[in-house]
Amino acid sequence: MYRKARSVPLKSSSSALYNNLSVLPLRDKPLTYFAAVHGSTVSLASAAADGLSVSHRQLQAKEGGPAVSASIVTQASWCVLPSRVLLVLTSQKGIQMYESDGSIMVYWHALDVLEPPPAQAVFARGIAAASGRFICVGTSSGLVLVFDVPSKGTNITLSEVLEEHHDSITDITSEVGENPNGAADLLTADDSGALCVWRAKEEFSLLTKISAFGWTCSSVKLWNGVIAAGYGNGQIRLYEATSGALRATVSAHARWIYALDLAPLTGKLLSGAEDSYVQIWKLSRNPDTGDIEIEHCHSECVTDTQLCGARFCDPEGNSFAATGYDLSEIVRYGQV
Amino acid sequence: MSARTLPLLFLNLGGEMLYILDQRLRAQSIPGEKARKVMNDIITTMFNKKFMEELFKPQELYSKKALRTVYDRLAHASIMRLNQASMDKLYDLMTMAFKYQVLLCPRPKDILLVTFNHLDAIKDFVRDSPNILNQVDETFRQLIDMYSCLSAGEFQLIRQTLLIFFQDMHIRVSIFLKDKVQNSNGRFVLPISGPVPWGTEVPGLIRMFNCNGDEVKRVEFTNGGNYISPQREGSFDLYGDRVLKLGTNMYSVSRPVETHMSGASKSLASHTKENAAPNPLAKEELNFLARLMGGLEIKKPNGSEPGFRLNLFTTDEDEEYASLTRPDELSYKVINIQATQDQQQNEELARIMGEFEVTDQPRQSTSKGDDLLAMMDEL
Repeated sequence: MYRKARSVPLKSSSSALYNNLSVLPLRDKPLTYFAAVHGSTVSLASAAADGLSVSHRQLQAKEGGPAVSASIVTQASWCVLPSRVLLVLTSQKGIQMYESDGSIMVYWHALDVLEPPPAQAVFARGIAAASGRFICVGTSSGLVLVFDVPSKGTNITLSEVLEEHHDSITDITSEVGENPNGAADLLTADDSGALCVWRAKEEFSLLTKISAFGWTCSSVKLWNGVIAAGYGNGQIRLYEATSGALRATVSAHARWIYALDLAPLTGKLLSGAEDSYVQIWKLSRNPDTGDIEIEHCHSECVTDTQLCGARFCDPEGNSFAATGYDLSEIVRYGQV
Repeated sequence: MSARTLPLLFLNLGGEMLYILDQRLRAQSIPGEKARKVMNDIITTMFNKKFMEELFKPQELYSKKALRTVYDRLAHASIMRLNQASMDKLYDLMTMAFKYQVLLCPRPKDILLVTFNHLDAIKDFVRDSPNILNQVDETFRQLIDMYSCLSAGEFQLIRQTLLIFFQDMHIRVSIFLKDKVQNSNGRFVLPISGPVPWGTEVPGLIRMFNCNGDEVKRVEFTNGGNYISPQREGSFDLYGDRVLKLGTNMYSVSRPVETHMSGASKSLASHTKENAAPNPLAKEELNFLARLMGGLEIKKPNGSEPGFRLNLFTTDEDEEYASLTRPDELSYKVINIQATQDQQQNEELARIMGEFEVTDQPRQSTSKGDDLLAMMDEL
């Protein structure tokens, strides 16, 4: 059972964008950082566990070249590497990387802006840290840009471009499990619903490709060799990461799923959708057959709110937070 | 974001404007012939070929203020005049109605059905004028050409672009409050029952497969909502049953146009922000307006056709009161363009701007207006 805890107020409301909440629990302080996108700005808030004493910071999308309208930020997410934590923003103009508290921008990568504007929108979207020293970011043309990040300093370089997707990247994630079985390190998803599973060694190589079935895959997670994917038809699908085999389908939500999250220590899965529900699930492997299993644990309705972001706030999944379109707060729930 | 958003935004807001004008023309007992002329003139202007060509070019959305200027001009395309308070109210009603439709439409693709509902109704307004009907059908075909091939993901991007455009607008509309689809804080009510979108399964079933792909387990769960399967999909053709009711005319003699103008404090704050922010995009916006409105013809009332004034409020006193009490932060401050000098330097722009005088009296230039004037002097 989860019970509502004190909300964290935001300086501005959240936009309807996939995975529009990032949560970073600080290791050395009893504080949690939150980030959510509002149009061309990102609202950062740091809050103590009791939800009191909140401090705020606003970040702006960088404008590259002559702007016809304010560049919209598509996602903001913390990337936790062993050596450092960076806050990454993606927008219509490019990719911005900041120190974790948003104080200093350490890297800027501009996207090519075409004139006159093409019918196809141009933006970056989908952010994940991978294999110790990489940050991977997707683009609207289906590319996955791999940045090599040094343990300190600003000498970040574009080391590789992965070209397997034909549609806009929606989300990118890397293995979060403690005991990953298999070689899958990175998972990328696109607008058509296609998924690519990658292994990271010196270079990234394609392990398997899971084909689309007509619905956008808006959010993905990878846990101990299990893929969890959320789709526009409200379905969650579980796949074997190494083979791409379908292991479960869940009619989870009545409307478009906007966010999934996984608690690495317990295998709890969270899904948030436009139907105003957060659902909590539990993943496991049957010790006898090795089959992937999923059970439903909890339903939470955030009344009259189309959810756009939802995250666990701790590695066990004992608490979670969610954002909604037009809502100027982060709602929080804790286990009782 | 999506460069395919403007046609849908413009046509749906325009459709809502026509519903409201139609209802107010009746309520104000404007003679049938005159009312029909007003509707025909506005619809002819709205679906002007050159204007539609500009509209359908891929482009970003512009500010609410810039768009409001276009509707200001459109509403005055005939012999009817609206004063500032009525125009403000008209724009509030239009935007909140379409925001509701975008938010509630079951699948992102259904925004197209909402648009078709508006166009179907517009065609009914001009059913006795074959020429205008052809114009509307031409746009209808353009819409089908452009949008029927888009993927679900591209429609979602369009929907997200529209939702960003409408974000932080929480004006309370009495017809929504009465129908209990809007809360007193201005947020819309989201149902957790009824039919799921076409192509979506009713939540509640888990199916698990073994490594050979055989189903090995089926588990049901309670998801919290009370949903049912959808009956059928609406028609995306030129003619047909749209099934979806969003975007149809919600006004009638027994359900008149009314607004509560007490915007929630939150919306006040955001409006203030938008007005106060220095806008480096003014020039681009000006170009947009010039391009777009080059296609809009304005009819001036002449001797044979006496003009009249339409009131969006029940009485003139209410209108007067609304204009005096409307918070400054909520005012859209229509871009008041007056080409002050060197009109010949850019004849086309000057012609357009010269025609564009819809405000009753010159008002104090806002800082934005000053920017525009300065830039026009540079042209």
